[in-house]
Amino acid sequence: MTDTPRDADHWAKPVSKLHVEDVPAGARNLVEGKRLLGPVQGFGKMWQKTYRVALHGSDASPTEVVRDWKEHFPEFWPEGNQFYAPLTGIEPGEVALIKASIAGGLKLSTGVMVMYADDESFTLMTPQGHVFAGWITFSAFEEGDATVAQAQVLMRAQDPLSELGLSLGGHKQEDRFWERTLANLAAHFGVEGQVSTQVTCVDRRRQWAKAGNIRHSAALRSSMAALRPRRSSR
Amino acid sequence: MTQGTLSMEVRHVGPASVVDIAGDITAASEDVLMDAYGRAATEATRAVVLNFSGLEYMNSGGIGLLVTLLVRANRAKQKLLAYGLNEHYRQIFELTRLDEAIGIHDSEAEALAAAA
Repeated sequence: MTDTPRDADHWAKPVSKLHVEDVPAGARNLVEGKRLLGPVQGFGKMWQKTYRVALHGSDASPTEVVRDWKEHFPEFWPEGNQFYAPLTGIEPGEVALIKASIAGGLKLSTGVMVMYADDESFTLMTPQGHVFAGWITFSAFEEGDATVAQAQVLMRAQDPLSELGLSLGGHKQEDRFWERTLANLAAHFGVEGQVSTQVTCVDRRRQWAKAGNIRHSAALRSSMAALRPRRSSR
Repeated sequence: MTQGTLSMEVRHVGPASVVDIAGDITAASEDVLMDAYGRAATEATRAVVLNFSGLEYMNSGGIGLLVTLLVRANRAKQKLLAYGLNEHYRQIFELTRLDEAIGIHDSEAEALAAAA
């Protein structure tokens, strides 16, 4: 086949290791040299989580919703979490750094790569060290008389520690995060939306062969980094 | 079975079942894909071979469905194999690292040999 596939411009090219050209002020680059991990490479149970909000009363089309979502992506995140968007925006192959609040008041430094982006959806993929291995797709579509915005996560916890953390409240924290994000997106379009959450366990098996992912754990590294100043102050 | 611009035909070849894919795979393809898997996966099936020669378009929702299909095949102790991927779609399998779990082959003959 010599024809260029219609989706050719929407996908990132394969990368062996991540590289961040410019580290924004305030961000920590813990993804440099890390590999991307899909759901297949994770440790824990595989989950598909779908968060939706119908934008009743807004005349924004799916394309307009996704355009604004891309342009203002960090602004929709709940307070206390930072998404350092690439200077060129949400484009295939771009890497964004993240500083997220996790349990115990700790900040987790990690990142994502834009795996896929078109006019009606975009997908972020996680690197080694992230809490989960997988991807999250943001999309919009018409359903009935409304445009629906959706975030859908397909993931496994990357390592046993993350699996434990997710089962001890991490999943609920993640649910609240994306529910708040979608509510903020809806508010951007002037809608007080009711966010629905659907959680499906796709695979109950844990992949013990992937337990070694823990050596890359950003949660561990962020925790250790947080402890260092206390030691030096004694 | 056909839906929109996607059709999937199933052929049983020895211990393998070949699914000939033609059209677009997106998040909306779930019913067609799972119906094809249901027809492909008999009790005697040791491998399901996906023929991507007729694939015209795939988005990230589509690749997510392939992960779900992989889980179902693994649960049934069946290999999931593929052939007919052009360079672009091979790169997508590499990017998403699905190539580490789905055996990719250059031809149907090679895929069926791996299924045996």
